[in-house]
Amino acid sequence: MNQAGASRSAEVLPGFSDVADYFALLKPRVMSLVVFTALVGLLRAHGDLHPFLGFTALLCIAIGAGASGALNMWWDADIDARMGRTCARPIPAGRVPAGEALAVGLTLSVASVVMLGLFAGFLAAGLLAFTIFFYAVIYTMWLKRWTAQNIVIGGAAGAFPPMIGWAAATGSIGLESIILFLMIFFWTPPHFWALALLRKDDYARVGVPMLPNVAGDQETRKQIVIYAAIMAAVGVLPALLGFAGIFYGAVSAVLGAIFFALALDVWRKTRGAAAEMAARRLFAFSVLYLFLLFAVLLVEGMGW
Amino acid sequence: MASTKQKRGIVLTEEQQRIRRTRSIALALVLAGFAILFYLVTIVKLGPGVLNRPL
Repeated sequence: MNQAGASRSAEVLPGFSDVADYFALLKPRVMSLVVFTALVGLLRAHGDLHPFLGFTALLCIAIGAGASGALNMWWDADIDARMGRTCARPIPAGRVPAGEALAVGLTLSVASVVMLGLFAGFLAAGLLAFTIFFYAVIYTMWLKRWTAQNIVIGGAAGAFPPMIGWAAATGSIGLESIILFLMIFFWTPPHFWALALLRKDDYARVGVPMLPNVAGDQETRKQIVIYAAIMAAVGVLPALLGFAGIFYGAVSAVLGAIFFALALDVWRKTRGAAAEMAARRLFAFSVLYLFLLFAVLLVEGMGW
Repeated sequence: MASTKQKRGIVLTEEQQRIRRTRSIALALVLAGFAILFYLVTIVKLGPGVLNRPL
């Protein structure tokens, strides 16, 4: 497992890591996306949860997401140390001992699930517990280093937050929350494969079987186009099923078409700087796509 | 020399002292935050009913 992280962590005494390093363990950027999508699920549900309890539910979901990030960093410290994108993380950089990261991850996992159960119900808490387990154990410990489908299946972990928000607000799982889940689920593969095309050498060096390393660039590009088509179709479902308004329908159709066009661009441009630029553009747009779709859902859900 | 060192124990550098202080303050704030959070959740969930129980 993570010998690199364990040996490097000898550089810092237990208990003498900076507060900022503990915070970095929680992957704050991922956490912010999780909070945002969970907020959309929470507000779209129109449940009878008191606003303050809604806030505490979001806090618990954020803590749970952070906890799974810490567990991921603990387990992956050995490969993080050898990848350009991740070598500055607190464990491989020797700023937090691996054991402390594990302790932080486990403590926050238990705390977030128990608190969410007490504050907003045990269906939401059960979903949060499953999400943490799915990300930390199924994805990080098993799928990531085993199959090129790692981020397809593992992407479910990132898709659960709106469903948890929905469950916190209503105590149930509605069809709309399943659609929100599917929107993120089908968005994840083209998002990460665009990145994997750019970081292929990094993944090859550490032996993580990302699709470009296992099936080749061309197959990855084909898969990106297929998933982009499914994602764009799922993106307009809230409007087609009557959950969202005409404005959302128009925005999701236009953004989905742009996403698909950028995916086709990645498929067509296979060599040199043009190929790299196409993958970079798709990756950047994918973040904007998901943010805008959920932002419109949020605005419509608030009745603005 | 050795006995003096033994008496003094581990001497923290200024940087280590600063980190420990910051960590202690952060932990105190987090714990206080949780105490307030649980208090407010109790009030929101139970309201005046929090006092309504048999002796």
